[in-house]
Amino acid sequence: MLFSMHAVWYFIKKLLWVFLIFTGITLISFFVMHLAPGSPTDMQTSLNPLVNEAYRAKLNALYGLDKPVYEQYFDWFSRLVQFDFGNSLSGDGRPVLDKIMERLPLTVGLNVTSLLLALVIALPIGIISAVHQGKFIDKLFTFLVFLGFAMPGFWLALLLMMYLGIEHGILPISGITGLDFQELSFWGKCFDVARHLFLPVLVSTVGAIAGTSRFLRSSMLEVLRQDYILTAKAKGLTKRCVIYKHALRNALLPVITLLGLSVPGLIGGSVIIESIFALPGLGQLFYGAVMARDYPLIMGNLVFGAVLTLAGNLLADFCYKLADPRISLHSPK
Amino acid sequence: MFLKLKRNFLLFLGLAIVLTMAFLAVFAPYLTPYTPTEQNLDKMLFAPCAEHIMGTDAVGRDIFTRLLYGARVSLWVGFIAVGISSLIGVTLGLISGYFGGMIDEIIMRIVDIMLCFPSFFLILAVIAFLEPSVINIMIVIGFTSWTGLARLVRAETLSMRERDFISAAKLSGAGKMRILCVHILPNTLAPVLVSATLGTAGAILVESSLSFLGLGVQPPDPSWGNILLDGKDVLTNAPWLSLFPGLAIFITVLGYNLLGESLRDILDPRLKQR
Repeated sequence: MLFSMHAVWYFIKKLLWVFLIFTGITLISFFVMHLAPGSPTDMQTSLNPLVNEAYRAKLNALYGLDKPVYEQYFDWFSRLVQFDFGNSLSGDGRPVLDKIMERLPLTVGLNVTSLLLALVIALPIGIISAVHQGKFIDKLFTFLVFLGFAMPGFWLALLLMMYLGIEHGILPISGITGLDFQELSFWGKCFDVARHLFLPVLVSTVGAIAGTSRFLRSSMLEVLRQDYILTAKAKGLTKRCVIYKHALRNALLPVITLLGLSVPGLIGGSVIIESIFALPGLGQLFYGAVMARDYPLIMGNLVFGAVLTLAGNLLADFCYKLADPRISLHSPK
Repeated sequence: MFLKLKRNFLLFLGLAIVLTMAFLAVFAPYLTPYTPTEQNLDKMLFAPCAEHIMGTDAVGRDIFTRLLYGARVSLWVGFIAVGISSLIGVTLGLISGYFGGMIDEIIMRIVDIMLCFPSFFLILAVIAFLEPSVINIMIVIGFTSWTGLARLVRAETLSMRERDFISAAKLSGAGKMRILCVHILPNTLAPVLVSATLGTAGAILVESSLSFLGLGVQPPDPSWGNILLDGKDVLTNAPWLSLFPGLAIFITVLGYNLLGESLRDILDPRLKQR
C-alpha cells in the first residue's frame, strides 16, 4: 500500500517542492551576500600599498566577481547541481566540499545525540505533567521548563565550565581530544572524546528538553480529551494501558514534526556551542568563513544547513506518515 | 478574575520582572555613581564588594553600571526588532488570509522557505557584512522572525473572514482596507500581543548571543552579551564577570516568557492547548 502509485506521486511532488524551497534558500542567501557592501578581495588587497585598481579588477575577474550578480548566481548554481561548491577563497584554497565534509560528522553527531537524549528525558516529563495536569508535580515541571527556556546556552556552558571544568577539574573544557590522545588505546580514545563532548552535549540537550517536553505535554493533553480515550477507559482498561498504549502513541505524532522543525535552530546553535568549547565543527567553520568573507564557503555552509533542514523535515514527514494510519498517502481531494 | 493575584501568580511575577528591568534601564544614570565606559586601572578585577556590588572587569569598569546600561541596549533591541517583525508578520498574515488565492500561496511559500532557513547563520553573515551595530541587529532580527506571527494572523483572519459581522460590514459598503483594518485587525490583537511578548524574549537572546560572539554591540559600549564575552577570558580568576550578565539575561527572558505565556492563557483560552 505504501508504495502504490499514489505514494510514488506523493513523493515526486514532495521532492519537487523540496527542490523549490532549496532554490529559494540559495537565491535569498546568494543575493543577500552579494548585495552587501565590501568584497572578499578587500581582505587581500586593502592593506597592500602595491595594489592598484587594475590588479584589483584582475583579482575580481579571477573569482568571477566582476560579472553581474544574477550571472554569478547562475554560474554558481549550475556548478552546485554537479556537486561543485567551488574552492575556498582563504589561503589554502581547498575545495569547499572537502572542508565541509570533514566538519560535518562532529556537528551532526553532536546534534543527533543531544536531540535523542532530550527526547528520552522530555518523554517522562511531558507524560507526567499531562497526566497530573494542575497538580504539584505538573507545576514543578512547568516551572523548570520555564527556567530551561530562559537559560542562555552560552551562559549555562560558562557556568558548567567554571564549576565542573575549572573548580573541580572533572571534565576538560575545550577541544575534542586531550594532549595525550595519540598514545591512548582505542577505548582510551573513545573515552577521551566522550569526556570532551560531555559538556557540549549536556548544554544543547538542556536547551532542547524544555521545548520538547512542553510540546509533548500539550499534545498529550489534547489526546487525553479525545473520545477514544474515554472509550478505552470505559472498557475498563487500566490507566497505565490507556496512557501508554492509546494516548502516548498518538501524542508522539506531532513531536515527530517538532523534531524535524528544530533542525535549523540546532544548526544555528552549534555556532555558539562550538565557539565556546573550541570544537572543530560546521558552526566554527561558518563563523570563520563569515569573518573572512569567504563567499564560496559561506554559501556552501548555508546550502548544507538548508539540506540538513530539508532532510530533517522530509524524514519527519515520512515517519509521520508511516506512524499514523489516519494519514494515507492518497492525495487529499 | 484578571486581577486575582493568587490565580495569576506567574503573570504578576513576569510583569514585575519586566517592569523592574524597564525601570533599571530607564533610570540607569541615577542608580549608579559610575559611567559604563569609565576605566579605572587601580581597580582591575575587583571581586564584588560594598563599593562595586558586582565587582569590576579587567579595566576596572563597574559591572553593575555596565549591566544597567546593557539593559538599555537589550530592551531596545527587543522592542524594535519585535516591532519590525510584528509589522511584517501582521501585514502579510492579514493579506494572505483575507485575499487568499495566488497571493496567499506566494506568501505562505516564502514563510516555508524562511522556516527552513538556519536563520542564525543568515543573521550572523548579514551582521558581519554590514558592520555590527545595534541598528543592524534590530533590523536583521526583525526581518528573520516574522514567520510564526504571519501564520497565526493568517489563520485568525481566515476564521474571521466568513463571520457574519464581516458580511454585514461588506453589505454596508465597507471597502477592503476598512474591513481589514477596522474589523479584522482588532480581532487578531490577542495573538499578536502574546507573540510580541515572547518575541521580545527571543530577540534579547539572539542579541546577547551575537554580542557574545563579538558580532553584536561593539566595545566599549556595554551589552549583556559582550560583558559575558569579557568574562569568558577571565573565567578562572573573575567568575563574577560571567555570572551576573548571564543572570540578567536569564531573569529578563524568564520575565517576558512568563508574561507572554500567562497573557496567552488569559486572552485566548483556545490557544492554551498549544
